[in-house]
Amino acid sequence: MDVVFKALADSSRRELLDRLRAENGQTLGELCERLAKSGIGMSRQAVSKHLAILEEANLVATVKRGREKLHYLNPVPIHEIAERWIGKFEGARLQALSALKKNLEKRHE
Amino acid sequence: MSKPTFVYVTYIAASPDKVWQALTRADLSEQYWFGYRVDASGKPGDRMTAFSPAGVKAHDDPIIESDPPRRLVYGWKPLYKDLPDERMSRVTFELEPFKDQTRLTVMHDDFDEGSIMFRMISKGWPAVLSSLKSFLETGQGLAPSWDDEAQKRAAAAGA
Repeated sequence: MDVVFKALADSSRRELLDRLRAENGQTLGELCERLAKSGIGMSRQAVSKHLAILEEANLVATVKRGREKLHYLNPVPIHEIAERWIGKFEGARLQALSALKKNLEKRHE
Repeated sequence: MSKPTFVYVTYIAASPDKVWQALTRADLSEQYWFGYRVDASGKPGDRMTAFSPAGVKAHDDPIIESDPPRRLVYGWKPLYKDLPDERMSRVTFELEPFKDQTRLTVMHDDFDEGSIMFRMISKGWPAVLSSLKSFLETGQGLAPSWDDEAQKRAAAAGA
C-alpha cells in the first residue's frame, strides 16, 4: 500500500491519471502530445518515468497491441484502500454527502 | 482486435488454479460476487450463466475461450429488463503466476460507441475484484459498500 501512496504523492503523476481517466488506453506518444497541447511541460522521458512508477504501484495497467503499449487507469488499488477504511455503512452515507455537495455546488454555478 | 475499453489488474495471494475456480464456480462466486452465482466452468461454446441472490437469471452468455487456468473469455449481455438494449460486449480474464501470487487482468471491450453499459461496468469490476481478492486471501468477500442504486447498477454490470 506504501507504493500506492508514494505514487499518488506527486502532482505530475496525478495529472497523468487524470488524463487516462479522461481517455483510457493512450500510448506514451499520445499522452505526451496532449500534455504539450495543453501547455504542460513534461519531457517524454519524465512521462515515461512517471508511468513506470504508476505501473509499479498497479495504478496503471498496460496492454500491448502490436508494437503499441496502451496505458489504462487501474482503479482496483484505490478501491481496496477505500474498502479498508470505509465500512459497509459509511459508504452509503458518504455517497449521499458527496451527492449533496455536488448538488449544492451546482446551484451556486 | 479492438482496443480494450477497460483493463483492471489485481495481484492475489493465491494460485492461478484457485483464482480460476473462484471465477468459474457458482458455489465460490456466490461468496464474493455479492451473492451472484456465476457458472463459467464450461467449454467454449457452452454458456456462462449467472443468477442473482434472488434466483433471477442475470446472464446467459457464450463462453468464447476457456484455457484453465490461464485465459477465459465470455460474452457479456446482462438480462435485466431496465437495461439499455445494447449488443453483447466481451470480458477477458488473464491469469499469470507472479512470484507466489496470481496477476489477474480483466479486460472488458467490444462496446458500441456511446454505450451506457460501458459507463456502468466501471463501478462494477473494481468492487468485484477487490472482493475476490479479499475472499481468496482471507476467506471472506467484501460487503458492498454502495447505496442501493449503485449496488443494483454494479451488480447488473458485474454479474
